[in-house]
Amino acid sequence: MNSFLPELSNVYFNYLLLSSVLFCIGVIGVIIRKNIIIIFMSIELMLNAVNLLLVNFSNMHNDPNGQVFVFFIMVVAAAEVTVGLAILVMVYRNTGSVNIDSLKNLKG
Amino acid sequence: MINFIWLVPLFPLIGFLLLSFGSRKFSEGLSALIGCGSILGSFIVTAITFVAFLSGDHAAVKVNCFDWISAGNIDISFSFLIDSLSLMMMMIITGIGFLIHLYSSSYMHGDEGFTRYFSYLNLFIVSMLLLVMGSNYVVMFAGWEGVGLCSYLLIGFWFKNDPYNDAAKKAFIMNRIGDLGFLMGLALIFQTFGSFDYQQIFEAAPNLINPSTESVVMIAITLLLFIGATGKSAQIPLYTWLPDAMAGPTPVSALIHAATMVTAGIYMIIRSNVLYSMAPTTLAIITGIGIATAIFAATIGLVQNDIKKVLAYSTVSQLGYMFFALGLGAYNTAFFHVMTHAFFKALMFLGAGSVIHAMSGEQDMRFMGGLRKKLPITFITFLIGTLAIAGIPPFAGFFSKDEILAAAYAHSPILWGLGLLGAMFTTFYMFRLVFLTFFGEFRGTSEQAHHLHESPWKMTVPLMVLAALSTFGGFLGVPEVLGGSNWIKSFLGSVINYEHGHVAHHLDHATEYTLMAASVGVALVMIVIAWVMYGVKKQVPSRNEADFNAPTKLLYNKYFIDELYDVLFVKPFYFLSKLTHSIIENKIIDGIVNAIGWLVGFGSQALRVFQNGSVSFYLFLMVIGTTMLLTIITFFN
Repeated sequence: MNSFLPELSNVYFNYLLLSSVLFCIGVIGVIIRKNIIIIFMSIELMLNAVNLLLVNFSNMHNDPNGQVFVFFIMVVAAAEVTVGLAILVMVYRNTGSVNIDSLKNLKG
Repeated sequence: MINFIWLVPLFPLIGFLLLSFGSRKFSEGLSALIGCGSILGSFIVTAITFVAFLSGDHAAVKVNCFDWISAGNIDISFSFLIDSLSLMMMMIITGIGFLIHLYSSSYMHGDEGFTRYFSYLNLFIVSMLLLVMGSNYVVMFAGWEGVGLCSYLLIGFWFKNDPYNDAAKKAFIMNRIGDLGFLMGLALIFQTFGSFDYQQIFEAAPNLINPSTESVVMIAITLLLFIGATGKSAQIPLYTWLPDAMAGPTPVSALIHAATMVTAGIYMIIRSNVLYSMAPTTLAIITGIGIATAIFAATIGLVQNDIKKVLAYSTVSQLGYMFFALGLGAYNTAFFHVMTHAFFKALMFLGAGSVIHAMSGEQDMRFMGGLRKKLPITFITFLIGTLAIAGIPPFAGFFSKDEILAAAYAHSPILWGLGLLGAMFTTFYMFRLVFLTFFGEFRGTSEQAHHLHESPWKMTVPLMVLAALSTFGGFLGVPEVLGGSNWIKSFLGSVINYEHGHVAHHLDHATEYTLMAASVGVALVMIVIAWVMYGVKKQVPSRNEADFNAPTKLLYNKYFIDELYDVLFVKPFYFLSKLTHSIIENKIIDGIVNAIGWLVGFGSQALRVFQNGSVSFYLFLMVIGTTMLLTIITFFN
């Protein structure tokens, strides 16, 4: 099973699996949903899946740097979310919809 | 003083820069002052150096200015070689150059390009000085090209006139053909000797190549350099640019096409005499081409009616004589003739300029006549120049021409006979010119007659100085038989290797006297014939070409050489150009460019479908792309 990561112990492997699953859910959400807010949430899900992975590896290597790093990422993500939501509000005001397909003005 | 020799080209260079990049509003007086003053400065430096050199032991001095090109095993310094040959050339260039500048300041008065004219003239002097002063072939080549450029600029000086521009282009292209030969010669020299430096090459040459057997490399080098010389010095087959070059202002003709530029080829061969002496085959070819040019051009000169054209063909012919002498191995004689020719040809061109000036721009001798009363100084000085070129003793041309003929006789009487034939023609057309221009009745319009005037002092003083030089210049090379010591020959001894040369065997005195008598006698007879035809019978060449008999027609049209070149080279070249235009340019090159444009357009059209504006689609593509990238990185790394 662990042909890529031969030295991974069971706990770490489970976390790896969990974050991969979360990430894939996020990706699929981004692809198949039309609601911008849902897409946005899916993106956040992906981000946090990666965060989880980072914590996992940090723990595995006994190196707290990774966890400190995760806090920074969360701070930046919070800022990013405000900007993203602001854009979203503007989109809604302009198009009257939160459907992603309403943004087709750039068709080439 | 010799360490300051770099001042000589520097003065005119500064003059050129000032005149070119200085204020556009330089007054004529200031332009003339900068132009003439810089050349005068060069002349003074040259003269002081020359006097110092004379009192020394005549040893060559190499003055290093700076390292110029240094790459790998090529090491070319920008340095000057100051020896008897280059100093004599510098004296001629700066001395006559200054006189011509002075003359021009009056001749070009009122021309809108006055400042431009003097800047070109200064640049020309710089190039010519570099050509003769350089201590290696690369510096010479730099000057060589500079001279070509300046001749183009000056011939086409009145650039609003199309035929003048054509003449300039012709000169430039013809020179370029010769320069290609010169450049190839240089490459071969470097390959053979591994150096461009004169002293190194000339020292190495006899060791590298056995002088007793003629080497093919040597013949190739000398022939290629000679091709360059035929371009620059207007020999068959590249001579046709020089008569056309009369389009430039007349002092330019004097400077470029008589006194200095055309002597570049001869200087180059004299400089390389060590190499040439090792290639007798080349020397034989030079002899042939020289004498052929001398006679050929002289015959054309017989029937020309444009005063400058006659002088132009006379220049070609005299240059032929110089090459004739070079081919015979009489390098010092060739140089002697270069010098005397510079004196009397500059004199005659400036005299012709004075005549044209008085005639309000008319150059056709058929409209002149009787000018000796109105232009006495021009007439007398011109007559001196004519006597000098005709070889009447004691004028300068007599000594140099006689020395050439003596060298020819020592080789074979047939060559001497041909030389004498050329001299005969020379005398005839020159006196034809004198009688048509200065004797008889005035044939121009009454308005022109009213305007006739002697030129101002700035024009007559150079004429008088040159007349004095034409009269006494020959005494520098009085042959032994006339009680002289041939100063020129001994002076140039350090440069010219007489041992390897095929210099004239010594003729006995009686033969030399006979030869002199023959040439002077022939000259006198021709003067009398010209006098009878144009002085007594007052014949004026017809203005209607139909009146000419067949030989005259042939000569009048210059043997149709221009037309021949047109058919042989220009027309096929045009044809080829049109062919390449329609096939290579239009089909192949345009085709490639258009294909690239079409490809980009088509590709974009195809890729347009992806740019559909749907964000979810973009996201989908992004995911696919990222996944693919990650897959590739993971599995194919």
